[in-house]
Amino acid sequence: MIIQALAFYMFAAVAVASGVMVVTARNPVHSVLFLILAFFNAAGLFVLLGAEFLAMTLVIVYVGAVAVLFLFVVMMLDINFVALRQGFMRYVGIGAAVGLVLLAELLLIVGSWAFAPKARQMVDAPIKAPDEITNAAALGRIIYTDHIYLFQASGLVLLVAMVGAIVLTLRDREGVRRQNVGDQIARKREDVIEIRKLPPSGVSAGE
Amino acid sequence: MTIGLGHYLTVAAILFTTGIFGIFLNRKNVIIILMSVELMLLAVNINLVAFSSFLGDLTGQVFAMFVLTVAAAEAAIGLAILVVYFRNRGTIEVDDINLMKG
Repeated sequence: MIIQALAFYMFAAVAVASGVMVVTARNPVHSVLFLILAFFNAAGLFVLLGAEFLAMTLVIVYVGAVAVLFLFVVMMLDINFVALRQGFMRYVGIGAAVGLVLLAELLLIVGSWAFAPKARQMVDAPIKAPDEITNAAALGRIIYTDHIYLFQASGLVLLVAMVGAIVLTLRDREGVRRQNVGDQIARKREDVIEIRKLPPSGVSAGE
Repeated sequence: MTIGLGHYLTVAAILFTTGIFGIFLNRKNVIIILMSVELMLLAVNINLVAFSSFLGDLTGQVFAMFVLTVAAAEAAIGLAILVVYFRNRGTIEVDDINLMKG
């Protein structure tokens, strides 16, 4: 129990600290790296909560794909980050005010709510003991049955995102030679091969 | 000292607030704003998984996974828009994105 509590406090502290570093870091590359750290620690929290599959998904999807995407964009674009930092402290007051109000409200809610009396009876998909079925298998069983339409819809969302990202960033550059299959097929022998009669010129080779 | 649901909800609340604070703080830098949005979505995921775990209901984890999907799609599209915008204008300052204003 004590180890679990210690692990929770460690993951939580590092996640919150790296979250703060994400928004305050001077260098955007550092921001991305701290974002990765935050996601790793959130994955640790998920493991503590017994959601191993989601923890692994978080590591794979976020650290493996999204964070690398961010890193790519930060490094690919030649951005003057010093200019972007100007006026950094201008809104710190109002930002802190809004943030503190929101945090106070959220903590007020966290401190003063209770489960509905019937909440335990209304459980939709009960979590079984870990030695009975693994988390991934249990998730798979309800995703592919009860939530199949949502699952398909999320696949559609990803497809649209992929097509959209490609369409947005694809551009036609001048002077790029591309294969044109139509032209290649429409090519005829008569158009490209020409037989010329050479005039007999002087001496033949053999004599 | 057992770790209850309140502990997880507090962490999620702090992370969410950090995300909002980051949007205010980095008003000019779209990349950091996108990262702040990711932080907020992470906080939401922590909430969903915590409730799922403490209520013994697996549905929360399913929905956390769908949130993850949408977050990934949002990051991809947002960064694509960012790249196109940078190509056209040579900067990513948010203040400059009022060109379409009437």
